[in-house]
Amino acid sequence: MYELFKDLGDWLVSGEQWTGPDGIGHRLAEHLQYSLLATLVAAAIALPLGLLIGHTGKGAFLAINLASFGRALPTVGLVVLVFLASGLSMWPVYVALVALAVPSIVTNTYAGMTAVDPDVKDAARGQGMRWHQVLFQVELPLALPLIMTGLRLALIQVVATATIAAYVSFGGLGRYVFDGLAQRDLVQVLGGAVLVALVAVVLDLGLSGLQRVLFRHRPA
Amino acid sequence: MTVDWSWIGDHTDDLTTLTFSHLQAALSAVFFGLLISLPLAVVAHRIRPLRGVLLGLSNVLFTIPSIAVFVLLLPVSGLTRTTTVIGLTIYTLVVLLRNTVEGLDSVPAKTKEAAKAMGTRPLRALLTVELPLALPVIMAGVRIATVMSISLVSVATYIGDGGLGQLFTDGFQRNFPTPVIVGVVLTLLLALVADALLVAVQYVLTPWTRRRA
Repeated sequence: MYELFKDLGDWLVSGEQWTGPDGIGHRLAEHLQYSLLATLVAAAIALPLGLLIGHTGKGAFLAINLASFGRALPTVGLVVLVFLASGLSMWPVYVALVALAVPSIVTNTYAGMTAVDPDVKDAARGQGMRWHQVLFQVELPLALPLIMTGLRLALIQVVATATIAAYVSFGGLGRYVFDGLAQRDLVQVLGGAVLVALVAVVLDLGLSGLQRVLFRHRPA
Repeated sequence: MTVDWSWIGDHTDDLTTLTFSHLQAALSAVFFGLLISLPLAVVAHRIRPLRGVLLGLSNVLFTIPSIAVFVLLLPVSGLTRTTTVIGLTIYTLVVLLRNTVEGLDSVPAKTKEAAKAMGTRPLRALLTVELPLALPVIMAGVRIATVMSISLVSVATYIGDGGLGQLFTDGFQRNFPTPVIVGVVLTLLLALVADALLVAVQYVLTPWTRRRA
């Protein structure tokens, strides 16, 4: 066990490992690109949807079912299916990652919106606020903590799952996992896994830091 | 992309076997996940300093890609079902632990005080007052963990297990969509049926919540 960790340490810090197209630097950049782009696209789809469902109170049934459907969808199957339909491109990976991220964001946004005290909304309306003012100035700020939780959850899932890009012969940190698997090189697999976990944890900490900055004005 | 219906007809036995193997892996994971997370959740609920540590630790485990978890377990448990179940169990822990702790937190303090005042001992209060009242939130976690496990079993196909996931590798290697489509549809069906059954179980177990809903 000790040997393995020592080898892993050597693997992670060796200079040659970090340069070139197979280097950690390049793979890391690819992994970040896949993960962030997929999460952004998912957020662009899911946030308006969640806000709309939460604000109007219509389509809650849809939101809840979308969530369990999204969780049940096997990502590997989805990647292979889109791959067989579209050929060798990044499409399958992005489709699968976005499909993975949308439900967490929609359900948390919706949950955040419904948790807003109805009296507060009534008061806002009573003061003559229009629906969009109620939505953006009252509901959205109050729902933000739960919305952020949804985004963080989605991002973690996407970063961990972006590993799958390597299965359909693309880059990212999954390369080390799949190459190591093929070469029976446990250190390489472990290295890839540790890096993915690190990226996920660092991004999650970053988002929670951002969240703290956004809510500075409110007592916890 | 068309479905080759005759392939399905020729492989019904295989499909049944794979479906049961798939279900067995997922359900074992949820079972062991509950077995581990229930006591841990009670500890996290009662001893505040441990709460952050336990929840944080389970979050970190959640970030490791599932493929890597399965591979990393190979030196420990080999190319076996055990590896699949251990890997999946790790993933259920995040959801189960978080929901059980939240469920226990949601029990009103007055109810706990009333139980104490009536002379109910802590263990008995936990088993007969706190856990039953936390059940709706715990069951929400069980449902998510079950659906997630059913969807994740496929990933174990890289280590030669993976139930219906084997249909994905098969279709991928032969450039033949039918098994992939069948695999995705069967996985979705399994998850939906399991979720519906859990809703029914919760309905039976928590009669006092019915009037409110």
